Amino acid sequence: MSKLHIQTTINGEPAEFLCEPHETLLSALRNGVGLTGTKEGCSTGDCGACSILLDGRLVPSCLVLAPEAQGRNVTTIEGLAQGDRLHPLQQKFLEHAALQCGVCTPGFIVASKALLDKNPHPTEPEVRFWLAGNLCRCTGYDKIVKAVMDVQV
Amino acid sequence: MSAIRYEAPRSVADAVRLIHADPDARVLAGGTDLLVQFRSGFRTPSAFIDIKRIPELVGVTVDAKGLHLGAATAAADICEHAEVRRLWPGLVDGVHLIGSTQIQGRGTVGGNLCNGSPAADSTCALIVNQADCIIAGPKGERVVPAERFCTGPGKTVLEPGEFLVALRLPRPAPRTADAYLRLIPRTEMDIAVAGAGVSITLDASGVCTAARVAIGAVAPTALLVPEAAKALIGSTLDDAALAKAATAASAAAKPIDDKRGTAAYRRTVAGVLVKRATKIAADRVRALRAF
Repeated sequence: MSKLHIQTTINGEPAEFLCEPHETLLSALRNGVGLTGTKEGCSTGDCGACSILLDGRLVPSCLVLAPEAQGRNVTTIEGLAQGDRLHPLQQKFLEHAALQCGVCTPGFIVASKALLDKNPHPTEPEVRFWLAGNLCRCTGYDKIVKAVMDVQV
Repeated sequence: MSAIRYEAPRSVADAVRLIHADPDARVLAGGTDLLVQFRSGFRTPSAFIDIKRIPELVGVTVDAKGLHLGAATAAADICEHAEVRRLWPGLVDGVHLIGSTQIQGRGTVGGNLCNGSPAADSTCALIVNQADCIIAGPKGERVVPAERFCTGPGKTVLEPGEFLVALRLPRPAPRTADAYLRLIPRTEMDIAVAGAGVSITLDASGVCTAARVAIGAVAPTALLVPEAAKALIGSTLDDAALAKAATAASAAAKPIDDKRGTAAYRRTVAGVLVKRATKIAADRVRALRAF
């Protein structure tokens, strides 16, 4: 089977990878590009661990085919920090100890960034509804919500 | 297994050609149903035909005639559109209930309809808003009203080689508003046990002059219930009229027993939701500045 050659932009930089036609973007990011910050949870769009931004829109990368990324803009968790300077969300997640095992954390942070990009001062219910598609099985939701609410953008 | 292909046609004609040439190819819009079915082995297409690179398949246009929704427009793009929120708040009620924020970034109203679930949250609102489904196929274009698009669970009127291009909703008459409500046992992200969409027109004295009522998840397809609308028209939406509409909706429901609820419960809830959705739609009419 011949692989497809995809040219795209990942975290602001031109990028290219080879993928199977039916491979997910999640798989291509992790196994093709080597960006393993995006996590695989359920692979059915229920858990939010694989959240990325595709042309600025929050999507589950397990439900995007890798070839769909051709010519698009992909933002992953690796694109949030500026060099050694953490994104304010990453800093607040640390300060509030808003993680336990950490597998859900990249998805929560990317999803929260999508919220703050649209709505810099969300109410607590807005944060909770927005993040309803991100599951944390260590049950750290309160700290996560507090961390997001504490970000001053 | 031969290789699965990925195709991204740039025109409706190219998409029709690809779909018509290969009966096992599947149309890919948001993929939130299709890719889950593929992953679980339920469905293994010979090709994914990604329709999102066709310009007219993606986008929201509101003009004097009404709303034109490209079938592959993401739910989030619809919910964020200020004019759509103002003119079709009930459609936004339904679309905003489809899965999580992530799913709404990906899933489409066209896909929600084509998936053919009787519980699809956007379908009742499409029906009460007299949505037309624009279908492209090898024989050209045809138009089917939303209430006739689904023919059973997972089944639609789409013939081999056809796909849904767009949804067209007429602009609501003055002093008209819609609403959609569903019942789920939790607060977020679940499949409707029952749902109801209502569109209401009130005259200056508050008498209902036009109505459309649809119920979801209580029959093999979402149902338009003209008897429930008839109970509302001519009334001031007083308790007696609402009760009559609820009874008509319950009578029209043909639900099944399953893990989400019993048939009897669903029948009752369908009526209750019609009442409540009617009240919300009427409140929205009264809140319009034109009233």
